[in-house]
Amino acid sequence: MLEIHDLHVSVDGTEILKGINLVVNAGEVHAIMGPNGSGKSTLAHIIAGRDGYEVTGGRVVYKGEDLTALEPEDRAAKGVFLAFQYPVEIPGVANTTFLKEAINAQRRFNGKDELDAMAFMKMLRAKTKELGMSDDMLKRAVNVGFSGGEKKRNEVLQMAVLEPSLAVLDETDSGLDIDALKIVADGVNSLRRPDNAAIVITHYQRLLDHIVPDHVHVLAHGRIQRSGGKELALELEAKGYAQFAEEAA
Amino acid sequence: MPDETSTAMAETVEQVRELTDAKYKHGWSTDIEMDMAPKGLSEDIVRFISAKKDEPAWLLEWRLKGYARWLEMPEPEWAKVTLPPIDYQAVHYYAAPKSMADKPQSLDEVDPELLRTYEKLGIPLREQEMLAGVAVDAVFDSVSIATTFKAKLEEVGVIFCPISEALERCPDLVRKYLGSVVPQADNKHACLNSAVFTDGSFVYIPPGVRCPMELSTYFRINQENTGQFERTLIIADKGSYVSYLEGCTAPQRDENQLHAAVVELIALDDAEIKYSTVQNWYPGDENGKGGIYNFVTKRGACRGRNSKISWTQVETGSAITWKYPSCILQGDNSVGEFYSIAITNNMQQADTGTKMIHLGRNTKSRIISKGISAGRSDQTYRGLVKISAKAEDARNYTQCDSLLIGDRCGAHTVPYIENRNKTATVEHEATASTISEDQLFYLRQRGIPQEEAVALVVNGFCREVLQQLPMEFAVEAQKLVGISLEGSVG
Repeated sequence: MLEIHDLHVSVDGTEILKGINLVVNAGEVHAIMGPNGSGKSTLAHIIAGRDGYEVTGGRVVYKGEDLTALEPEDRAAKGVFLAFQYPVEIPGVANTTFLKEAINAQRRFNGKDELDAMAFMKMLRAKTKELGMSDDMLKRAVNVGFSGGEKKRNEVLQMAVLEPSLAVLDETDSGLDIDALKIVADGVNSLRRPDNAAIVITHYQRLLDHIVPDHVHVLAHGRIQRSGGKELALELEAKGYAQFAEEAA
Repeated sequence: MPDETSTAMAETVEQVRELTDAKYKHGWSTDIEMDMAPKGLSEDIVRFISAKKDEPAWLLEWRLKGYARWLEMPEPEWAKVTLPPIDYQAVHYYAAPKSMADKPQSLDEVDPELLRTYEKLGIPLREQEMLAGVAVDAVFDSVSIATTFKAKLEEVGVIFCPISEALERCPDLVRKYLGSVVPQADNKHACLNSAVFTDGSFVYIPPGVRCPMELSTYFRINQENTGQFERTLIIADKGSYVSYLEGCTAPQRDENQLHAAVVELIALDDAEIKYSTVQNWYPGDENGKGGIYNFVTKRGACRGRNSKISWTQVETGSAITWKYPSCILQGDNSVGEFYSIAITNNMQQADTGTKMIHLGRNTKSRIISKGISAGRSDQTYRGLVKISAKAEDARNYTQCDSLLIGDRCGAHTVPYIENRNKTATVEHEATASTISEDQLFYLRQRGIPQEEAVALVVNGFCREVLQQLPMEFAVEAQKLVGISLEGSVG
């Protein structure tokens, strides 16, 4: 699904990622953990195609294609989804309108017929019900006046509607209380399928109690310092990230 | 990350430059034989127009008075727009298709080329092909081509016809109300209009009647070296209601063309007039060449108790817009509203806003203005809220929001408040924002291409105003916002 080879990325001339290697196969969930400033969000943004980052070396290959050559909207249409750490408010645009625009833009890109209003609403209602969310959220303007928990749930709803092949969850747990965390995690779990994959970026282990990863990677100082199974997360919880600071130095 | 933002903005601005006037979809013209007045403006031309229309003597006098005041009045210079002096002698003040001289009695007698023009603009004039529930008066340069559903409206006593026809059908009404809200000498442009106005729509809604259809006028400037000087007069008698919409387009030409219209609304006791405009005159090219000078005086008088006048405007076109649809709130408890979306791009300039003049007790006004500037355009909201000494308990709420796209455009808010009554409440809120890189990236990450993402954000920004438009036109206006954004915002 996704292969990252020796990826180097700079922002304003400062190297943030210093040779990342990562292979994510269909059906897998990978967790990327690391201290603040380790380059976790940079990695998420590089995959999604945000401006302002310069790839100075290496490759990001998604389904056999060089991902960095594509516009963000084209990556999205090809199945790359980023759940934002800070979901953005779009005043005056109803969630429903936004989701319909998004799914139909992706369908157009993929040469499919657009969904009409009826078919779209039917699908949307089914998804909200599946995730145990209320229809109320659909009518409100995108993320405007949403609580932290609601914003993250809205990200999960978008993910459910757009059905990505590769979902990157960027610190989806930040700012959530334990109940909200559980709801979001349940949502993500319910979307796990053998033909899709997820990269869960997090600072804390607690999210991984709910979204159980197949692989855990520790990112520090722009490099993956260690990889392992889900038990690695527990070890980190016990020992902290300090050990990697030393190793890197 | 400031660099990130500026990169994206630079890209957006680049797209703005690339797209521009290629997106103006109504820039073509119709080749048709015209009956024209000689170029230039003089007393003879005023007489020529009046004679063409076979007008009563009082109206000719009225026009000449307007002309006399026009000669002596200076150009208004307080607006934040710059333009070279207008050569009033280079314009034909009357231009009508020759075929209209025979006064066709039905659509079958109208030159098919004219009908095709409106069809191409998406305004079929044959009733069976039209939007049900919308009656149209089609004005082509100086004359009205056709007015639809006239008979159906007459059944309930509604008069909807070109103003020249109203002079024959109900001369007393025209004489009583013409110039009663916007006097001939109100301002330089109104003087010009009073002197040389040709057609425009006349509406009269009898007491207690709720007009059964939306009324609309579609203005088309076609001929080169002409201007359009229409006059619209709408009277809503006691307890009546009408919703009226005007739309405008013009061919793409290198010269600046003048559109100096006057609109007068009169609402008597318990009457309501809802007046909506979708203005899409040719805006000129990316270097500011050509485009319409849209110098329009629109004013409504809430003469009666509990009357209401609501202006909604979507202004996307014109090289220069100078326009302040206003309400004079005379009747006690009367209500004035102004909802505006103005979009300027490239070299467009707009100085637009409203005046709410509170005279009666317990009068209320509400102003919602959304300005979007892109390219190198410059836009000003200019609004006056005036509360007279007798306007006990008057209330005003004003909200002005500006959205800037790129770093070479301007947005200005100039509110004037004159309050002579201690019991009045006046509120003013203003915001200025940009389309953020975060918003665009968020939308694009969901698969929405950049241009559509911008259109979506701007439509959201304008939503409060778009909602005010009659249903039949809201979707069209939303698309127009999108199209002007494709062309104007990127």
